[in-house]
Formats: sequence, C-alpha cells, structure tokens
Amino acid sequence: MTGIRLAGGGPVIPNFGHGNACLVDNHWFCTSWARNHWGDILQPALVQHIELTLVAVGIGFGISFVLALCGFRYRLVDAPLASCTDFLYMIPSIAAFELLVPVTGLTVTTIEIPLVAYTLFILYRNIVVGLNGVSTEVLESARGMGLTRLQIFLRVELPLAAPAILAGLRIATVSTISIATVGAFLIHDGLGAPIFDALDQPDIFRTELLAAGGLTILLALTADALLALVQRAVTPWSRLR
Amino acid sequence: MPTEAAELVFDEATKVYPGRDGAAVDHLSLTVPAGEICVLVGPSGGGKTTALKLVNRLIPLTSGYIRIDGRQIGDYDVTELRRSIGYVIQQVGLFPHMTIEGNIGTVPRLLGWDRKRIRARVSELLELVGLDPDADRRRFPAELSGGQRQRVGLARALAANPALMLMDEPFGAIDPIVRSRLQDEFLRLQGELRKTVVFVTHDVDEAIKVGDRIAILREGGRLAQYDTPQRILEHPVDDFVADFVGRDRALKALSLRTLGDLDLAPAGGDGDGMPSLSADSSLRDALALLVAERSDALLVVGADGSPVGVATREDLLG
Repeated sequence: MTGIRLAGGGPVIPNFGHGNACLVDNHWFCTSWARNHWGDILQPALVQHIELTLVAVGIGFGISFVLALCGFRYRLVDAPLASCTDFLYMIPSIAAFELLVPVTGLTVTTIEIPLVAYTLFILYRNIVVGLNGVSTEVLESARGMGLTRLQIFLRVELPLAAPAILAGLRIATVSTISIATVGAFLIHDGLGAPIFDALDQPDIFRTELLAAGGLTILLALTADALLALVQRAVTPWSRLR
Repeated sequence: MPTEAAELVFDEATKVYPGRDGAAVDHLSLTVPAGEICVLVGPSGGGKTTALKLVNRLIPLTSGYIRIDGRQIGDYDVTELRRSIGYVIQQVGLFPHMTIEGNIGTVPRLLGWDRKRIRARVSELLELVGLDPDADRRRFPAELSGGQRQRVGLARALAANPALMLMDEPFGAIDPIVRSRLQDEFLRLQGELRKTVVFVTHDVDEAIKVGDRIAILREGGRLAQYDTPQRILEHPVDDFVADFVGRDRALKALSLRTLGDLDLAPAGGDGDGMPSLSADSSLRDALALLVAERSDALLVVGADGSPVGVATREDLLG
C-alpha cells in the first residue's frame, strides 16, 4: 500500500477523480471533490444511511415495545428478556454481519438484523424502566378515581414513561447511525461505503474519509437534536421537576 | 348513585389478608349519616386505611357488607362506583403530566361531560378551593406548593359532585400551619357542600377538630368506640380510648365549646379590669387566658366589642 504515488492527471482510481494539486497530494480535505461527488457518492450514501437507520430503529422499537409490555405486565419474564437483549448487544457487530452472510446473503437484511438487535438492548430497558417508574400514589389515585386498567396504561403510565422512552430512542438512533457504517465492510451501502472505499485507497483517501465520516457525525447530531425537540414538545411537564 | 350526600353503612365488614394472622378490619359495624364527617382514627395497624379502601373496593371485602344509601357496594360496577366517590390521598397523587385543569377534569372526562361543562366546572372548583381559575388551571402540579397541590387534590375529588368522599390522611404531609388552614377551609367547604365524608387520620387533634363522629380503631381492626368528639373525650369507654385521646382530654373537650355556648351571667359594672375575649373563642382559650391573667372571671364580648356577659372559672369547667 505504501510508497505508491499517483502521477498527476488521469483518473486512476475510482472515487479519486481527476487530479488537481489537492487530490494528488491527498490533502486533508479537497472541497472540489466533495462538491463534484455530492450527487453520485455522498448524497446517495447519506440517503441509504438514513433509510438503514429508520428501518432499524423503527423495527427495533416495535419489537422492544411488545417485549417491554410483556416484561412490564409479567415481572417474571422481565429479567430473562433483559438478559437476552444484553447477550445480543455483546456480539461484535462485524462478527454478526459475517455470521449472517450465509443465511441472508450479501443483502441489506444482513445489516439490518444486527442493527435491530442492538437497539433492543437500549429500548427494552428504557421502556420498562419508564413504565415501572410511575409512582404508586399516582397509580392508586388513578385506580381510586375509576380509571380502567387500559385507561391507566394509555392515559397515565404511557405518557409518564414518555421521557424515558424518548431518551432511549435518542441513544438507539445515534448508536445505530454509528454502527451502521460498519455494515459497509460487507455490503456496499450507507455512509460506511465511501468510508471503506477511502480506506481501501493507497495512503487512505483523506477527503472521502472525512466527508463521509463527517456526514455520519452530522447525521447523528441532527437526529439527536430533532429527537430532543420532540421530547420537549411532547413532555413539557418533564422539565419542571 | 345519588349525587346528594349518601348514608354509608359498615355492616360486620371484615378484611383478612391471606397468609396473615388476624384480621386487618374485624367485624366493623358503624353508620355514617348522610352529610356527616366520620373520622377513622387509631394507632398504626388499626386498619383505618384498609377500612377506607374497602369502600371504593380498592381492597376487596373478605366478609360482611358495606352499603351506600342502602345498596351494597358489590352491586355497583366497580369503575362506576369509584367514579361516583371522591378520593383524596396523603401524597395527593396528582398526574404530573397533566395540567391542573386536566387533573381536575379527569373523572368528568371519563363520565363523558362535554368540554364546555368541564371547563366551567374546573373554574368553579378552583375558586371553591381558593386557587386562581385563570392563572392556575394551565399550571402543572410540579409548579405548585404542597398546600396548593392538596387543594387541587380536593377539587379533583369533588369534580363530579360525588355523594361520598374518602379522604386518606389528606393533610398528613403538610406543615402544621398550612394544615390548620386547610382544615379550616375544608370545614367551611363542608358547611356548604354537606358531603358524607370518611376521613382517616392518625392525629387525635385533627380527628376532634374535623369529625362530626369519631371511630377509634384498635390493633386488629376492632372498633373501640364510635361517638361524637364530645362524648369520646368526656366518656371514653375504656383505658385504650382514654389513653389514645390523651391525658389532656379534659382540655381537648373544652376546645370543642365556645364561650357563646355558656349561660353567661349578665355583665354588670364590675366588668372593668377583667380580661375580655370574644364569644366565639373556645373554652380552652378562655381558660388559658384566665390562667395567664391570674383572674377568676372574664368579660365575654360580641363581634362588635360590646360586653355580652361574664364567665367565671367555674362556668368554664362546668
């Protein structure tokens, strides 16, 4: 890898483009490349990455919610369910992707399954903790006032668990955005793809690495800020205490 | 269930928790006449809170009956029963995610009242409990003081105009000065509303101040005495009751009567130089004044300060 220097001029390596001085010397960041390849490399990767994240967090939330309802309603299954999500979270992501290739092939599903599995660890716990965190006097007065079991869940427990649930969603989303880049090691998809492409270049193509890495960070920050706004809007009372 | 005050009857009501020795409430029989406040008081382990929660079926009866206006509580649909009974607990249990308006409107919403009617009712109740109908309705419970929250708790329990109120140490977690003020306001409200109230407390003084009748429960949930405060203080049925109400029960009894209740000797010219006190003062305060002033008699004056009569130490001690 080392020692190879590119001659000025011709397009030698994909993603590298026509060499101007910045590219030939592999400076830290060449704005011209980023601008030229926004449309064909960066933007599609960003869109794929958002899709990967939305699907993983969406499915993960659905599964976690159902599991958390079981853990909340039947205390006996809470510890076993929590242990299962612990165990899934312990599998190294790259190993999980590799293990799934024989089953699901080199498809996006292979990336999504581990991503979903990792969100369970965070979401399951946060939902259960949120639901269990409702104080006994609030529940007692709700019961005493004649709310049915379902009404207590929908009108009291769920809204009061919302801050914990939304906090879990924030962590799960940010960590999914981060872990999803690793999937591109096997399947050329998302912002991980340009990152791995850059790493594959002799001397590492710094501009592409920084552009894709930077976009990943920016995406994570934006998602976190959006969810924080949602949290404030949905639970205005939670900041009072 | 009627919205007029209802008569509440405990008839051999018994609660035995499975796996525990002895009853929590043991063959409790008493009648709370419509529109009166019955205070359940006693040492911990006396089953006061259990007895209260039997009424709205938060705790199921083991045996015996409880009737509201002659109808057994078991014959009501349980949510219908609870929605028609006002319920206030010590920690208030306001919903932290709902505004004051949302909290007070909970039962009316469950009963399907329209929004306009709920809004009007919330305003009415906030005014009734001494809160600001405009400024306070949009606040969240966390923005209120402990005393204000307790007022909201009371307003919430009154929202659907229940015939019966259950209050479980409603002023227990509040500092003494605010507690005393809330008790006064509660009694003023009760003077207007005339609900049937079951009120649990462990504080004898609160029981004497608030109760039309007091039920003293002893360990094991057995009723020791059920009577008016006056009779309990003057004629405790046994040593347990006498001990429980305290050695100063004679003084406490004095606090139940006012100077205006006495047959006063007319105030002659000798009223000068005597300490004076208004007619609505309690006999206890009057005695305290006589002791402090080392006097044998005091001048009783009306609200306008004009002399009404003279009360001697012997008059006070009856």
